[in-house]
Amino acid sequence: MTAIEFDHQQTAHCESGAMSALLRHSGLNLSEPMVFGIAGALTFASIPLVKIGGMPMIAYRMPPGRVIKGLASRLGITMKFERFRDNDRGMQALDDHLDQGRPVGLQASVYWLPYFPKDMQFHFNAHNLVAYGRQQSDYLISDPTFEAPVRSNYQALQQARFVKGLLAPKGLIYYPTRIPAEIDLPKAIRRAIRSTTNMMLRTPLPFIGVRGIRSVAERIRAMGNHRQAQQDQNQLVIGHMIRMQEEIGTGGAGFRFIYASFLQEAAGLFDNPKLEGTSRKFTDVGDEWRRFALFSAKMLKGRMAFDYAQLADQLTLIAEMEADSYKSLREAI
Amino acid sequence: MKHGDAPQDDSSTLEGQKKPLYVVNSDGVYTTELSSGWEAEEVVLDLAINQFQHQCQQARLRVEQGKTAPLEYHMYQRRMDITVLAQSTGFFKFQVKRHLQPAIFSKLSVKKLARYQQALGMTSVELQTLPLDEQQP
Repeated sequence: MTAIEFDHQQTAHCESGAMSALLRHSGLNLSEPMVFGIAGALTFASIPLVKIGGMPMIAYRMPPGRVIKGLASRLGITMKFERFRDNDRGMQALDDHLDQGRPVGLQASVYWLPYFPKDMQFHFNAHNLVAYGRQQSDYLISDPTFEAPVRSNYQALQQARFVKGLLAPKGLIYYPTRIPAEIDLPKAIRRAIRSTTNMMLRTPLPFIGVRGIRSVAERIRAMGNHRQAQQDQNQLVIGHMIRMQEEIGTGGAGFRFIYASFLQEAAGLFDNPKLEGTSRKFTDVGDEWRRFALFSAKMLKGRMAFDYAQLADQLTLIAEMEADSYKSLREAI
Repeated sequence: MKHGDAPQDDSSTLEGQKKPLYVVNSDGVYTTELSSGWEAEEVVLDLAINQFQHQCQQARLRVEQGKTAPLEYHMYQRRMDITVLAQSTGFFKFQVKRHLQPAIFSKLSVKKLARYQQALGMTSVELQTLPLDEQQP
Protein backbone atom coordinates (compact mmCIF):
# COMPACT_ATOMS: atom_id res chain seq x y z
CA MET A 1 0.00 0.00 0.00
CA THR A 2 1.20 3.46 -0.84
CA ALA A 3 -0.48 6.76 -0.20
CA ILE A 4 1.03 10.09 -1.02
CA GLU A 5 -0.33 13.26 0.55
CA PHE A 6 -2.09 14.77 -2.41
CA ASP A 7 -4.13 17.95 -2.45
CA HIS A 8 -7.18 17.11 -4.55
CA GLN A 9 -8.96 20.03 -6.18
CA GLN A 10 -11.90 19.87 -8.52
CA THR A 11 -11.49 21.91 -11.69
CA ALA A 12 -13.62 22.69 -14.71
CA HIS A 13 -11.41 21.03 -17.30
CA CYS A 14 -9.51 17.78 -16.86
CA GLU A 15 -6.21 18.51 -18.59
CA SER A 16 -5.61 21.96 -17.11
CA GLY A 17 -6.78 20.54 -13.77
CA ALA A 18 -4.40 17.57 -13.81
CA MET A 19 -1.49 19.76 -14.90
CA SER A 20 -2.25 22.42 -12.29
CA ALA A 21 -2.45 19.69 -9.60
CA LEU A 22 0.85 18.05 -10.60
CA LEU A 23 2.64 21.41 -10.59
CA ARG A 24 1.11 22.39 -7.25
CA HIS A 25 2.40 19.13 -5.81
CA SER A 26 5.87 20.11 -7.06
CA GLY A 27 5.60 23.53 -5.45
CA LEU A 28 4.44 25.70 -8.35
CA ASN A 29 1.06 27.28 -7.70
CA LEU A 30 -0.81 28.23 -10.84
CA SER A 31 -4.58 28.51 -11.03
CA GLU A 32 -6.45 26.40 -13.57
CA PRO A 33 -7.30 29.45 -15.76
CA MET A 34 -3.61 30.47 -15.73
CA VAL A 35 -2.59 26.99 -16.88
CA PHE A 36 -5.25 27.01 -19.58
CA GLY A 37 -4.47 30.52 -20.80
CA ILE A 38 -0.67 30.28 -20.82
CA ALA A 39 -0.91 26.97 -22.67
CA GLY A 40 -2.83 28.86 -25.36
CA ALA A 41 -5.51 26.20 -25.23
CA LEU A 42 -8.47 28.30 -26.37
CA THR A 43 -9.62 27.90 -29.95
CA PHE A 44 -12.50 27.22 -32.24
CA ALA A 45 -12.27 24.58 -34.92
CA SER A 46 -14.85 22.78 -36.99
CA ILE A 47 -13.79 20.37 -39.69
CA PRO A 48 -16.90 18.69 -41.13
CA LEU A 49 -14.96 16.06 -43.04
CA VAL A 50 -13.19 14.76 -39.95
CA LYS A 51 -15.68 12.60 -38.10
CA ILE A 52 -15.48 11.68 -34.44
CA GLY A 53 -17.99 9.06 -33.34
CA GLY A 54 -19.85 9.68 -36.59
CA MET A 55 -20.14 13.39 -35.85
CA PRO A 56 -18.27 16.25 -37.53
CA MET A 57 -15.28 17.29 -35.49
CA ILE A 58 -15.87 20.46 -33.51
CA ALA A 59 -13.65 21.84 -30.78
CA TYR A 60 -13.57 24.85 -28.51
CA ARG A 61 -10.09 24.10 -27.26
CA MET A 62 -6.81 22.86 -28.72
CA PRO A 63 -6.31 19.10 -29.19
CA PRO A 64 -5.61 16.98 -26.10
CA GLY A 65 -2.03 17.20 -24.87
CA ARG A 66 -1.69 20.82 -25.87
CA VAL A 67 -2.33 22.16 -22.35
CA ILE A 68 0.49 20.07 -20.88
CA LYS A 69 2.97 20.65 -23.68
CA GLY A 70 2.02 24.28 -24.33
CA LEU A 71 2.38 25.24 -20.69
CA ALA A 72 5.62 23.31 -20.23
CA SER A 73 7.26 24.91 -23.26
CA ARG A 74 6.18 28.46 -22.37
CA LEU A 75 7.40 28.20 -18.77
CA GLY A 76 10.49 26.08 -19.42
CA ILE A 77 9.17 23.15 -17.38
CA THR A 78 10.58 19.74 -18.33
CA MET A 79 7.95 17.02 -18.48
CA LYS A 80 8.56 13.33 -18.75
CA PHE A 81 6.18 11.35 -20.97
CA GLU A 82 6.10 7.55 -20.90
CA ARG A 83 4.08 5.40 -23.29
CA PHE A 84 3.91 1.63 -23.39
CA ARG A 85 3.29 -1.07 -25.92
CA ASP A 86 2.69 -3.67 -23.27
CA ASN A 87 -0.23 -3.30 -20.84
CA ASP A 88 1.41 -5.12 -17.97
CA ARG A 89 4.59 -3.09 -18.21
CA GLY A 90 2.53 0.08 -18.30
CA MET A 91 0.76 -0.93 -15.11
CA GLN A 92 4.05 -1.97 -13.49
CA ALA A 93 5.58 1.41 -14.35
CA LEU A 94 2.64 3.14 -12.69
CA ASP A 95 3.09 1.02 -9.55
CA ASP A 96 6.79 1.86 -9.48
CA HIS A 97 6.11 5.60 -9.62
CA LEU A 98 3.55 5.35 -6.85
CA ASP A 99 5.89 3.22 -4.71
CA GLN A 100 8.51 5.92 -5.11
CA GLY A 101 6.02 8.47 -3.80
CA ARG A 102 5.49 10.21 -7.11
CA PRO A 103 1.96 11.13 -8.21
CA VAL A 104 1.66 10.96 -11.98
CA GLY A 105 -0.72 12.19 -14.64
CA LEU A 106 -2.48 9.53 -16.72
CA GLN A 107 -4.38 9.62 -19.97
CA ALA A 108 -7.38 7.31 -20.07
CA SER A 109 -10.72 6.62 -21.73
CA VAL A 110 -13.75 8.02 -19.93
CA TYR A 111 -15.81 5.01 -20.99
CA TRP A 112 -13.95 2.44 -18.92
CA LEU A 113 -13.36 4.44 -15.73
CA PRO A 114 -15.67 2.82 -13.19
CA TYR A 115 -16.29 5.93 -11.11
CA PHE A 116 -17.83 7.93 -13.97
CA PRO A 117 -21.63 8.25 -13.94
CA LYS A 118 -23.07 5.96 -16.63
CA ASP A 119 -24.46 8.80 -18.70
CA MET A 120 -21.09 10.50 -18.92
CA GLN A 121 -19.27 7.43 -20.20
CA PHE A 122 -18.47 7.99 -23.84
CA HIS A 123 -15.56 6.81 -25.94
CA PHE A 124 -13.39 9.80 -25.31
CA ASN A 125 -9.85 8.50 -24.94
CA ALA A 126 -8.06 11.64 -23.83
CA HIS A 127 -9.31 12.17 -20.30
CA ASN A 128 -6.70 13.23 -17.75
CA LEU A 129 -6.36 12.24 -14.12
CA VAL A 130 -3.71 11.94 -11.44
CA ALA A 131 -2.90 8.64 -9.72
CA TYR A 132 -1.41 9.19 -6.27
CA GLY A 133 -1.52 5.88 -4.44
CA ARG A 134 -2.64 2.28 -4.09
CA GLN A 135 -4.73 0.65 -1.42
CA GLN A 136 -5.33 -3.10 -1.53
CA SER A 137 -6.30 -3.69 -5.15
CA ASP A 138 -7.51 -0.14 -5.76
CA TYR A 139 -5.73 2.84 -7.23
CA LEU A 140 -6.26 6.16 -5.49
CA ILE A 141 -7.11 8.78 -8.06
CA SER A 142 -7.43 12.52 -8.01
CA ASP A 143 -9.69 13.09 -11.00
CA PRO A 144 -10.10 16.84 -11.53
CA THR A 145 -13.64 16.32 -12.82
CA PHE A 146 -14.83 15.05 -9.43
CA GLU A 147 -15.47 16.78 -6.13
CA ALA A 148 -13.63 14.19 -4.04
CA PRO A 149 -10.82 11.70 -4.74
CA VAL A 150 -12.01 8.48 -6.41
CA ARG A 151 -10.79 4.90 -6.87
CA SER A 152 -10.43 2.41 -9.66
CA ASN A 153 -9.56 -1.27 -9.66
CA TYR A 154 -6.61 -2.64 -11.63
CA GLN A 155 -8.62 -4.21 -14.45
CA ALA A 156 -10.70 -1.12 -15.22
CA LEU A 157 -7.75 1.25 -15.06
CA GLN A 158 -5.77 -1.00 -17.36
CA GLN A 159 -8.62 -1.13 -19.88
CA ALA A 160 -9.06 2.66 -19.68
CA ARG A 161 -5.33 3.33 -20.18
CA PHE A 162 -4.86 0.93 -23.06
CA VAL A 163 -7.92 1.38 -25.27
CA LYS A 164 -7.07 1.55 -28.92
CA GLY A 165 -8.40 3.99 -31.47
CA LEU A 166 -8.59 7.72 -31.89
CA LEU A 167 -6.30 9.54 -29.40
CA ALA A 168 -5.31 6.16 -27.95
CA PRO A 169 -3.54 6.86 -24.64
CA LYS A 170 -1.04 3.98 -24.99
CA GLY A 171 -0.78 3.98 -21.23
CA LEU A 172 0.54 7.54 -21.13
CA ILE A 173 2.15 8.56 -17.82
CA TYR A 174 3.44 12.12 -17.37
CA TYR A 175 5.03 14.19 -14.62
CA PRO A 176 7.27 17.24 -14.27
CA THR A 177 10.98 16.50 -13.76
CA ARG A 178 12.34 20.04 -13.62
CA ILE A 179 10.65 23.34 -12.81
CA PRO A 180 12.82 26.43 -13.24
CA ALA A 181 13.38 28.46 -10.06
CA GLU A 182 12.69 31.72 -11.88
CA ILE A 183 9.61 31.88 -14.06
CA ASP A 184 8.90 34.93 -16.21
CA LEU A 185 5.12 34.76 -16.00
CA PRO A 186 4.35 38.11 -17.72
CA LYS A 187 6.46 37.19 -20.74
CA ALA A 188 4.78 33.79 -21.04
CA ILE A 189 1.34 35.37 -20.74
CA ARG A 190 2.06 37.95 -23.46
CA ARG A 191 3.33 35.29 -25.83
CA ALA A 192 0.37 33.04 -25.09
CA ILE A 193 -2.19 35.77 -25.71
CA ARG A 194 -0.52 36.78 -28.96
CA SER A 195 -0.52 33.22 -30.21
CA THR A 196 -4.21 32.75 -29.35
CA THR A 197 -5.29 36.02 -30.99
CA ASN A 198 -3.22 35.20 -34.08
CA MET A 199 -4.83 31.82 -34.41
CA MET A 200 -8.35 33.10 -33.90
CA LEU A 201 -8.04 36.08 -36.24
CA ARG A 202 -5.43 35.17 -38.81
CA THR A 203 -5.53 31.45 -39.54
CA PRO A 204 -5.91 31.29 -43.32
CA LEU A 205 -8.28 28.33 -43.15
CA PRO A 206 -12.05 28.62 -43.18
CA PHE A 207 -12.61 26.17 -40.32
CA ILE A 208 -10.38 27.64 -37.62
CA GLY A 209 -10.92 30.66 -35.40
CA VAL A 210 -13.51 33.36 -35.98
CA ARG A 211 -13.82 32.28 -39.63
CA GLY A 212 -14.63 28.81 -38.36
CA ILE A 213 -17.54 30.14 -36.32
CA ARG A 214 -18.82 32.04 -39.36
CA SER A 215 -18.61 28.97 -41.56
CA VAL A 216 -20.55 26.88 -39.03
CA ALA A 217 -23.18 29.62 -38.98
CA GLU A 218 -23.51 29.37 -42.75
CA ARG A 219 -23.69 25.56 -42.63
CA ILE A 220 -26.50 25.76 -40.09
CA ARG A 221 -28.30 28.34 -42.20
CA ALA A 222 -28.06 25.97 -45.18
CA MET A 223 -29.56 23.13 -43.13
CA GLY A 224 -32.89 24.97 -43.32
CA ASN A 225 -33.05 24.08 -47.03
CA HIS A 226 -32.18 20.40 -46.62
CA ARG A 227 -34.81 17.83 -47.41
CA GLN A 228 -36.86 16.34 -44.60
CA ALA A 229 -34.96 13.05 -44.45
CA GLN A 230 -31.84 14.99 -43.53
CA GLN A 231 -33.39 16.79 -40.56
CA ASP A 232 -32.82 14.08 -37.93
CA GLN A 233 -29.13 13.99 -38.74
CA ASN A 234 -28.93 17.80 -38.74
CA GLN A 235 -30.44 17.93 -35.29
CA LEU A 236 -27.98 15.32 -34.02
CA VAL A 237 -25.14 17.47 -35.37
CA ILE A 238 -26.41 20.55 -33.53
CA GLY A 239 -26.88 18.50 -30.38
CA HIS A 240 -23.32 17.29 -30.74
CA MET A 241 -22.07 20.85 -31.08
CA ILE A 242 -23.77 21.85 -27.83
CA ARG A 243 -22.40 18.79 -26.07
CA MET A 244 -18.87 19.71 -27.06
CA GLN A 245 -19.55 23.24 -25.87
CA GLU A 246 -21.01 22.38 -22.51
CA GLU A 247 -20.04 18.90 -21.51
CA ILE A 248 -17.93 18.37 -18.42
CA GLY A 249 -14.74 20.26 -18.54
CA THR A 250 -15.43 23.46 -20.40
CA GLY A 251 -15.89 25.74 -17.42
CA GLY A 252 -19.15 26.54 -19.23
CA ALA A 253 -19.65 28.12 -22.63
CA GLY A 254 -16.93 26.41 -24.61
CA PHE A 255 -14.05 27.51 -22.32
CA ARG A 256 -14.80 31.24 -22.80
CA PHE A 257 -15.42 31.83 -19.07
CA ILE A 258 -12.23 30.09 -18.02
CA TYR A 259 -10.36 32.27 -20.52
CA ALA A 260 -12.03 35.41 -19.18
CA SER A 261 -10.89 34.40 -15.71
CA PHE A 262 -7.33 33.97 -17.02
CA LEU A 263 -7.41 37.45 -18.59
CA GLN A 264 -8.63 38.96 -15.34
CA GLU A 265 -5.85 37.30 -13.37
CA ALA A 266 -3.32 38.49 -15.95
CA ALA A 267 -4.76 42.03 -15.78
CA GLY A 268 -4.14 42.05 -12.04
CA LEU A 269 -0.58 40.88 -12.56
CA PHE A 270 0.16 43.58 -15.15
CA ASP A 271 -2.04 46.17 -13.45
CA ASN A 272 -3.59 46.66 -16.88
CA PRO A 273 -7.19 47.99 -16.88
CA LYS A 274 -7.50 47.45 -20.65
CA LEU A 275 -6.87 43.77 -20.18
CA GLU A 276 -9.47 43.72 -17.43
CA GLY A 277 -11.88 45.19 -19.98
CA THR A 278 -11.21 42.37 -22.45
CA SER A 279 -11.91 39.89 -19.69
CA ARG A 280 -15.43 41.32 -19.49
CA LYS A 281 -15.79 40.99 -23.26
CA PHE A 282 -15.00 37.29 -23.02
CA THR A 283 -17.56 36.91 -20.25
CA ASP A 284 -20.14 38.44 -22.60
CA VAL A 285 -19.07 36.12 -25.41
CA GLY A 286 -19.46 33.14 -23.07
CA ASP A 287 -22.96 34.30 -22.16
CA GLU A 288 -23.88 34.44 -25.85
CA TRP A 289 -22.53 30.90 -26.38
CA ARG A 290 -24.76 29.76 -23.55
CA ARG A 291 -27.72 31.52 -25.14
CA PHE A 292 -26.95 29.62 -28.36
CA ALA A 293 -26.96 26.36 -26.39
CA LEU A 294 -30.22 27.26 -24.72
CA PHE A 295 -32.00 28.10 -27.99
CA SER A 296 -30.71 24.91 -29.58
CA ALA A 297 -31.83 22.77 -26.65
CA LYS A 298 -35.31 24.30 -26.68
CA MET A 299 -35.62 23.68 -30.40
CA LEU A 300 -34.34 20.12 -30.11
CA LYS A 301 -36.82 19.48 -27.33
CA GLY A 302 -39.65 20.92 -29.42
CA ARG A 303 -40.37 23.79 -27.03
CA MET A 304 -39.50 26.27 -29.76
CA ALA A 305 -40.04 25.91 -33.51
CA PHE A 306 -36.86 24.69 -35.15
CA ASP A 307 -35.39 27.76 -36.76
CA TYR A 308 -31.99 27.25 -38.37
CA ALA A 309 -31.82 30.91 -39.39
CA GLN A 310 -32.16 32.03 -35.79
CA LEU A 311 -29.34 29.72 -34.68
CA ALA A 312 -27.18 30.93 -37.55
CA ASP A 313 -27.89 34.58 -36.61
CA GLN A 314 -26.92 33.87 -33.02
CA LEU A 315 -23.64 32.28 -34.16
CA THR A 316 -22.92 35.21 -36.46
CA LEU A 317 -23.40 37.54 -33.51
CA ILE A 318 -20.96 35.39 -31.50
CA ALA A 319 -18.43 35.54 -34.35
CA GLU A 320 -18.68 39.37 -34.41
CA MET A 321 -18.21 39.57 -30.65
CA GLU A 322 -15.29 37.13 -30.69
CA ALA A 323 -13.56 39.07 -33.49
CA ASP A 324 -13.97 42.27 -31.51
CA SER A 325 -12.67 40.62 -28.30
CA TYR A 326 -9.49 39.27 -29.90
CA LYS A 327 -8.83 42.63 -31.54
CA SER A 328 -9.05 44.54 -28.28
CA LEU A 329 -6.97 41.81 -26.66
CA ARG A 330 -4.19 42.44 -29.20
CA GLU A 331 -4.34 46.14 -28.41
CA ALA A 332 -4.37 45.63 -24.66
CA ILE A 333 -1.25 43.51 -24.50
CA MET B 1 -22.30 34.34 -16.06
CA LYS B 2 -22.84 35.87 -12.64
CA HIS B 3 -22.43 34.19 -9.28
CA GLY B 4 -25.82 32.79 -8.33
CA ASP B 5 -26.72 32.12 -11.98
CA ALA B 6 -24.95 28.76 -12.25
CA PRO B 7 -27.77 26.40 -13.28
CA GLN B 8 -29.06 24.07 -10.57
CA ASP B 9 -31.23 21.71 -12.59
CA ASP B 10 -30.22 18.53 -10.70
CA SER B 11 -29.28 16.59 -13.83
CA SER B 12 -29.84 12.89 -13.29
CA THR B 13 -26.94 12.26 -15.67
CA LEU B 14 -24.49 13.68 -13.14
CA GLU B 15 -25.72 11.22 -10.48
CA GLY B 16 -25.46 13.82 -7.75
CA GLN B 17 -22.05 15.07 -8.85
CA LYS B 18 -21.56 18.80 -9.10
CA LYS B 19 -19.20 20.61 -11.38
CA PRO B 20 -17.55 23.98 -10.99
CA LEU B 21 -18.26 26.79 -13.40
CA TYR B 22 -16.34 30.04 -13.69
CA VAL B 23 -18.62 32.91 -12.68
CA VAL B 24 -18.27 36.60 -11.83
CA ASN B 25 -19.14 37.73 -8.29
CA SER B 26 -20.85 41.01 -7.37
CA ASP B 27 -17.48 42.81 -7.32
CA GLY B 28 -16.82 41.68 -10.90
CA VAL B 29 -14.17 39.19 -9.75
CA TYR B 30 -13.97 35.67 -11.20
CA THR B 31 -14.61 32.78 -8.86
CA THR B 32 -16.15 29.32 -9.23
CA GLU B 33 -19.62 28.11 -8.39
CA LEU B 34 -20.83 24.52 -8.29
CA SER B 35 -23.61 23.58 -10.68
CA SER B 36 -25.83 20.53 -10.28
CA GLY B 37 -26.40 20.43 -14.02
CA TRP B 38 -28.06 22.41 -16.78
CA GLU B 39 -31.21 21.35 -18.55
CA ALA B 40 -29.93 22.47 -21.96
CA GLU B 41 -26.96 20.17 -21.53
CA GLU B 42 -29.16 17.31 -20.35
CA VAL B 43 -31.33 17.62 -23.49
CA VAL B 44 -28.42 17.11 -25.87
CA LEU B 45 -26.92 14.35 -23.75
CA ASP B 46 -30.25 12.49 -23.73
CA LEU B 47 -30.40 12.89 -27.49
CA ALA B 48 -27.04 11.15 -27.88
CA ILE B 49 -27.92 8.35 -25.48
CA ASN B 50 -31.35 7.79 -27.03
CA GLN B 51 -29.63 7.36 -30.36
CA PHE B 52 -27.60 4.44 -28.96
CA GLN B 53 -30.69 2.96 -27.31
CA HIS B 54 -32.56 3.09 -30.56
CA GLN B 55 -29.68 1.45 -32.47
CA CYS B 56 -29.41 -1.18 -29.75
CA GLN B 57 -33.09 -2.11 -29.98
CA GLN B 58 -32.98 -2.25 -33.77
CA ALA B 59 -29.90 -4.46 -33.63
CA ARG B 60 -31.58 -6.83 -31.19
CA LEU B 61 -34.51 -7.28 -33.55
CA ARG B 62 -32.20 -7.98 -36.48
CA VAL B 63 -30.19 -10.50 -34.43
CA GLU B 64 -33.40 -12.31 -33.52
CA GLN B 65 -34.34 -12.41 -37.18
CA GLY B 66 -30.93 -13.82 -38.02
CA LYS B 67 -30.02 -10.81 -40.11
CA THR B 68 -27.02 -9.71 -38.10
CA ALA B 69 -24.60 -11.09 -35.54
CA PRO B 70 -24.86 -10.35 -31.80
CA LEU B 71 -21.67 -8.36 -32.29
CA GLU B 72 -23.74 -5.50 -33.71
CA TYR B 73 -25.92 -5.39 -30.61
CA HIS B 74 -22.87 -5.35 -28.32
CA MET B 75 -21.24 -2.65 -30.41
CA TYR B 76 -24.14 -0.25 -29.82
CA GLN B 77 -24.60 -1.44 -26.26
CA ARG B 78 -21.02 -0.30 -25.63
CA ARG B 79 -21.85 3.08 -27.24
CA MET B 80 -19.71 2.39 -30.28
CA ASP B 81 -20.33 2.48 -33.99
CA ILE B 82 -18.51 0.69 -36.81
CA THR B 83 -15.78 3.33 -36.95
CA VAL B 84 -15.07 3.24 -33.22
CA LEU B 85 -15.22 -0.56 -33.10
CA ALA B 86 -12.83 -0.80 -36.04
CA GLN B 87 -10.43 1.66 -34.39
CA SER B 88 -10.52 -0.09 -31.04
CA THR B 89 -9.96 -3.56 -32.49
CA GLY B 90 -7.49 -2.59 -35.20
CA PHE B 91 -9.69 -4.12 -37.91
CA PHE B 92 -10.61 -2.21 -41.05
CA LYS B 93 -14.18 -0.98 -41.25
CA PHE B 94 -14.94 -3.31 -44.16
CA GLN B 95 -13.75 -6.24 -42.03
CA VAL B 96 -16.01 -5.24 -39.14
CA LYS B 97 -18.92 -4.95 -41.57
CA ARG B 98 -18.19 -8.45 -42.85
CA HIS B 99 -17.91 -9.81 -39.33
CA LEU B 100 -21.40 -8.51 -38.59
CA GLN B 101 -22.82 -11.12 -41.00
CA PRO B 102 -24.03 -14.05 -38.86
CA ALA B 103 -22.52 -16.75 -41.10
CA ILE B 104 -19.10 -15.10 -41.03
CA PHE B 105 -19.23 -14.12 -37.38
CA SER B 106 -19.93 -17.72 -36.28
CA LYS B 107 -16.77 -18.88 -38.05
CA LEU B 108 -14.45 -16.19 -36.67
CA SER B 109 -11.15 -17.51 -35.38
CA VAL B 110 -10.49 -17.48 -31.65
CA LYS B 111 -7.82 -14.87 -32.25
CA LYS B 112 -10.13 -12.45 -34.02
CA LEU B 113 -12.87 -13.01 -31.45
CA ALA B 114 -10.35 -12.17 -28.75
CA ARG B 115 -9.77 -8.76 -30.29
CA TYR B 116 -13.49 -8.04 -30.05
CA GLN B 117 -13.60 -9.39 -26.50
CA GLN B 118 -10.76 -7.10 -25.49
CA ALA B 119 -12.23 -4.00 -27.13
CA LEU B 120 -15.73 -4.60 -25.79
CA GLY B 121 -14.64 -5.93 -22.40
CA MET B 122 -16.67 -9.16 -22.48
CA THR B 123 -16.20 -12.93 -22.51
CA SER B 124 -16.46 -14.96 -25.69
CA VAL B 125 -19.79 -16.47 -24.58
CA GLU B 126 -21.24 -13.03 -23.87
CA LEU B 127 -20.01 -11.79 -27.21
CA GLN B 128 -21.71 -14.60 -29.13
CA THR B 129 -25.10 -14.34 -27.48
CA LEU B 130 -27.76 -11.75 -26.78
CA PRO B 131 -28.32 -10.97 -23.10
CA LEU B 132 -31.80 -12.05 -21.96
CA ASP B 133 -32.64 -8.70 -20.44
CA GLU B 134 -32.43 -5.47 -22.29
CA GLN B 135 -29.30 -3.68 -21.15
CA GLN B 136 -29.12 0.07 -21.26
CA PRO B 137 -26.29 1.26 -23.44
